[in-house]
Amino acid sequence: MNTVSSLLDNEWYERYKRISKLNIRSSIYDVTNNCNLRCKGCFFFSSDEHKKSPDEPDIRKWEEFVEKEKQRGVNLAILIGGEPTLYLDRIEAFYKRLPTYCATNGIIKVPRDRFPDMMVGISVWGDEEDEKLLRGRDTFSISRKNYAGDPYTYYLYTITPKQIGKIERIIKKIADVGLKVHMQLLSNDEGVDGFSWKEQELSDLRKEMDDMLDRYPDTVISSKYYHEIITTGKMLGRTFGWSECPSVTKPLDKRNPQPKRLIEFIRWAADLKTMHRCCTSETRDCSTCKDGAAHMSWVMVNKRAHLRSTKDLQNWIEVYEMFAKLYKFIPW
Amino acid sequence: MADKKIVIRVAEILIDELKLEDVTPQTFEPEVDLIDELGIDSMDLTTVVLVLQDEYGITIDEDDYPKLKNVKLIAEYIEEKLKDK
Ligand code: SF4
Ligand code: SF4
Repeated sequence: MNTVSSLLDNEWYERYKRISKLNIRSSIYDVTNNCNLRCKGCFFFSSDEHKKSPDEPDIRKWEEFVEKEKQRGVNLAILIGGEPTLYLDRIEAFYKRLPTYCATNGIIKVPRDRFPDMMVGISVWGDEEDEKLLRGRDTFSISRKNYAGDPYTYYLYTITPKQIGKIERIIKKIADVGLKVHMQLLSNDEGVDGFSWKEQELSDLRKEMDDMLDRYPDTVISSKYYHEIITTGKMLGRTFGWSECPSVTKPLDKRNPQPKRLIEFIRWAADLKTMHRCCTSETRDCSTCKDGAAHMSWVMVNKRAHLRSTKDLQNWIEVYEMFAKLYKFIPW
Repeated sequence: MADKKIVIRVAEILIDELKLEDVTPQTFEPEVDLIDELGIDSMDLTTVVLVLQDEYGITIDEDDYPKLKNVKLIAEYIEEKLKDK
């Protein structure tokens, strides 16, 4: 029977020990239904999730809610939206109580005097042309100015099929302003022309992502195993999709048999009462879902399955480390 | 010292329920850490606990899960519970 210590040498075992006790329990919170952009292909607006429930306006309710979430065992609050930075008080309700990560489009700078070490993830969808086409304006230039040199900020680069062969330009621009980047893939929920993935494109992309990681190891926060999983949708011979997804809201998860899943995970709407099905759009087709966090979590919750061989376990450790860095559980 | 019969039975349940390979109840190292060394998680543990509860007619509180670190400790825990019955 394989055990962790029989599979790892000292160096890898030390890396394993650093993450094995983290016990990350995340949940996701829509901070608001409002946004200062309206991107094509934004899962939130394309699926009408913003209409499901109104924003809770009372800040005391937010504070009480976060206290309850803490008691529920949550130790990582992932704030999304809409655009969270439109409501700094709500962000603060989380930040004062829990390790907090805030997603943003980067147009408004999170004030660092108020949130000195909160991890911020800025979305970028491609070069100036793609940003204008998909998001209506070139937000990348604005966010780079806002966050240059910030030690607790990274770009969450959503790669589209149109980006293949052009990724380095973006990575370089991010490296030039001293920030980090993590890559994920667009799920073309709105069926925007030319933005759906073809087999060959995914395999080309995997090579390009690997190459970027090799050439920009201080900038790109990723792992080759993650690239494999996200571009193939396969892990240890299993196929990603509804029956395997770990990021389904617990009280709404009636799957039988239950797959390995995130413990007590819930994605809450901004009324603090409504729950969404999963970490992304309820209307998304699970068989083509490319959600990066769900794929990462898929690996992470399947630790035992990765005890098959040394390489499998090392792959698992790398993905876990990547997640732990992106959410500030371990340093870059 | 944990009762050998219980130790073997706990190992057997773990192997059966979690489909562990390359190990028998006799070769299962009773002090190997289930979580850190075998990658067993709280979902796995819940599955095993349900069987143990049925088999021994005891209740295992979720708060006690952290005590169930290895086969030997699980066996000792069961013995204590049986004594209290
Ligand atoms: S900035 Fe984010 S929330 Fe706003 S429309 Fe774009 S993808 Fe959606
Ligand atoms: S859409 Fe994606 S994240 Fe949501 S349940 Fe389906 S596979 Fe999981």
